[in-house]
Amino acid sequence: MNLAFAPSEAHSELLRQNLRAELLRFTTAGSVDDGKSTLIGRLLHDSKSVYEDQLASVKKSRINRSSGPIDFSLLTDGLRAEREQGITIDVAYRYFATARRKFIIADTPGHEQYTRNMATGASTADLAIILIDASKGLLPQTHRHAYIASLLGIPNLLAAVNKMDLVDFSEARFLELEQAFGELAAQLGTANVQAIPISALDGDNVVDRSERTQWYGGPTLLEHLETVPIRRVVTTGALRFPIQYVIRPDANFRGFAGQIAAGTLRPGDEVMALPSKQSTRVKAIIGHDGDLAEAYPPMSVTVTLEDEIDLSRGDMLVNPSKSPEISTRLEAMLVWMHAQPLQLSQRFLLKHTGKTVRAQALRIVHRVNVSNLQKEPARQLQMNDIAAVELQTTAPLFFDAYESNRITGSFILIDPISNATVAAGMIRRPVAENATYGSPVTLAEREMRNGHRPAVILVNDAKLAKMVERNLFDDGFQVLALEAEAVSRDHLPKLIGMTTEAGVVTILSGVTADAKKLLVKHTEDSSSFFDLSSINSTDDNEVLQRVASLARSLRNLGDANDI
Amino acid sequence: MASFSEVVLNGAPAPNVAEAAPTYGERRLSHLRTLEAESIYILREAVAEFAHPVMLYSIGKDSSVMLRLAQKAFYPGKIPFPLLHIDTSYKFPEMIEFRDRYTREIGAELIVHQNREALAQGANPFALGTQKCCGLLKTKSLLDGLAEGGFDAAFGGARRDEEKSRAKERIYSFRDAAGQWDPKTQRPELWNIFNSRIDKGESIRVFPLSNWTELDVWLYILLENIPIVPLYFAQERDVVVRGGSIVVIYSKDQLLPGEKTQRMKIRMRSLGCVPCTGAIRSDADTVPKIIEEMIQFRRSERENRAIDHDEEGSMELKKREGYF
Ligand SMILES: Nc1nc2c(ncn2[C@@H]2O[C@H](COP(=O)(O)OP(=O)(O)O)[C@@H](O)[C@H]2O)c(=O)[nH]1
Ligand SMILES: [Mg+2]
Repeated sequence: MNLAFAPSEAHSELLRQNLRAELLRFTTAGSVDDGKSTLIGRLLHDSKSVYEDQLASVKKSRINRSSGPIDFSLLTDGLRAEREQGITIDVAYRYFATARRKFIIADTPGHEQYTRNMATGASTADLAIILIDASKGLLPQTHRHAYIASLLGIPNLLAAVNKMDLVDFSEARFLELEQAFGELAAQLGTANVQAIPISALDGDNVVDRSERTQWYGGPTLLEHLETVPIRRVVTTGALRFPIQYVIRPDANFRGFAGQIAAGTLRPGDEVMALPSKQSTRVKAIIGHDGDLAEAYPPMSVTVTLEDEIDLSRGDMLVNPSKSPEISTRLEAMLVWMHAQPLQLSQRFLLKHTGKTVRAQALRIVHRVNVSNLQKEPARQLQMNDIAAVELQTTAPLFFDAYESNRITGSFILIDPISNATVAAGMIRRPVAENATYGSPVTLAEREMRNGHRPAVILVNDAKLAKMVERNLFDDGFQVLALEAEAVSRDHLPKLIGMTTEAGVVTILSGVTADAKKLLVKHTEDSSSFFDLSSINSTDDNEVLQRVASLARSLRNLGDANDI
Repeated sequence: MASFSEVVLNGAPAPNVAEAAPTYGERRLSHLRTLEAESIYILREAVAEFAHPVMLYSIGKDSSVMLRLAQKAFYPGKIPFPLLHIDTSYKFPEMIEFRDRYTREIGAELIVHQNREALAQGANPFALGTQKCCGLLKTKSLLDGLAEGGFDAAFGGARRDEEKSRAKERIYSFRDAAGQWDPKTQRPELWNIFNSRIDKGESIRVFPLSNWTELDVWLYILLENIPIVPLYFAQERDVVVRGGSIVVIYSKDQLLPGEKTQRMKIRMRSLGCVPCTGAIRSDADTVPKIIEEMIQFRRSERENRAIDHDEEGSMELKKREGYF
């Protein structure tokens, strides 16, 4: 087999270009029918990133909603349901390249109820293209999209003023929209803003400069994408190295693997481990092809240390003089992503870097009305709501504000029952313990102190209730045995509500069928309601054993990594 | 003595492109090194969080890249999970030879799974049609192989740029207890934070190469001098032209009535089963030539696979049923 490689000059230059290329991730947002899919199809097509057979299949398609020969939106709208309904329903990722840069596009839908998808696409983006239909102007959704882009920390906004063909390529109209958008961006504090007049359908100023906008002197859309400065990875800041995995091939080697989130790392550097606060020095940065002299974001590396210190997944190596915030209480912006609304009594798993802990929302500071950016009070969060929320965790997190670091400043909330990802969080600041001075004591705080959740346990008779009470009390629980007969039926739910709010495990005996129905109806959290009154055993031991095992589950507040 | 992979598989000596690759000292990663760092992060994350991960190893170029990334992710340790190959028995002989020699060379644990029952009953694409044949020998076999091993996470080398329905696939793709994918109930995936929570019987397919393109894969093979199956390189081979695609012929048994073989300089763009994977005419017999060819001829790589064209959107249907 002769596979010898003799590079020609042309080969080398082509390869060099491709190997040197940078990566830019961007997202697209706009209202339905502003032309996102058409624009992306056009970008792929005009930059020659569409395969011939894909183009042929689009040309053959029975569907064509455009007035031209090719419906470019079909190049990007992938799933069956979409083809049938003619809309984009989820985040789709597209790839194309020029000689200078490789691009990853997160194509996100414009429907108002799909905020969560836009947030998803925006979470990794360096730039957002926000489409504005020139014939319609800025819509309420335009505000929403620009706000989400800024909330998720995208440093560059590109306003693509589309369908210029429908307004006769009017300079006045473009300038009017450019100014309106500039004001919106200024309000949001986004530094780098560029507006470009385009027609996605006809291709004006997308890749090639348009003859029909002689008055426009700025870059085409692709030129801007190719030249906009990519946010410099955080190499100057203090070291943040979350430990992802410990590599231990044998007793002599212990390497700490992870992706650098900020700062640089060199052999000999002094580092501090969190949470242990032990300090040591970097021995080596291990590479598959030899040790490295330096590591910086976003490199994935393996590090060995001079001293044996306590360090495992979920911990973090940091710069000893510039430690991140360490707190069990924090304020964050939440994007609520689930059909079931956020309730303050709800318990979550919070995943932050390689660490998963239990968490609870203490209060909703305010909800943001994204159409006018006003702050509103709220007791619940619905799907697609965005709000500032105070959270309590069971183990301390090591974090920075999201503004200064997207990796150490972000987390997701997971519902431990359904396993669904219910929210995305961007940390704003730690909340000090003394910030609660003068504020009401919350159930979450009581739980933290008690080390268990409250519960209601129904048993058959008062004597058994007293036995259960003694057992749990001796086990360290806050517990109270009550005889239902002592209270009128209608007051029982209220009384139980109060003992639960106080964080107590209440053992209730002598509850009539009627009263039980009422109780069940008023119980907010059915996972803490246990009816053992139907156990008809002559031996009380069965009940006591059941109580012992359910009591263990009430203690599950700890670091979720441990369970 | 040079190792098997250095001499036989990639053929070419390490090309002199090192100076073209950005060095780490520039404090700016090229797109390839950025993708590499992301993929390694994904591999480590899944190994840290799942009890029984496995890597679906298809022997193709994407698998080769994924395997190299796994070596790097856990170096100097060994790859901490087995490789699972779903063998339909219709794979190219060069693939099987490569699989056995290369996995032995790098010291990886290999599991080969076949749907023996269906094969005993004579399952083949001519009698069953490609859809049904794939369903039995690939999809069913894969689900059985995963269930038998008790694997809760399976790495796959799929890329989002391969096919339209893959463009919406998450990096962590949730599968219910029947191994099925529902594009409507995917979990939102933000930043690099992956939700690995599953109940018993459920599993996650993990795609570390999600953000790679076909070109990225080839550039990385060049940069890292990664061994690949020789079928990717152009060579004179015996073929027939059948239904518009070029099918490689190894023995007379493969010929349908009236067919005659001819010699043609061809290569494979993606590797599947012999009867269902078409070749392309090509002179590209080195990695740089393949890259050059790819930049010039923009045709999607799955075009030469029969299964994607059975019906519009057929890949999406397969994925819903559990196909990778
Ligand atoms: N006149 C005109 N129509 C356009 C332009 N761009 C898109 N359209 C049309 O607007 C409609 C919606 O486009 P589509 O790309 O599906 O919008 P999306 O919902 O934002 O993805 C389609 O009928 C397009 O053909 C443009 O620049 N000019
Ligand atoms: Mg669309």
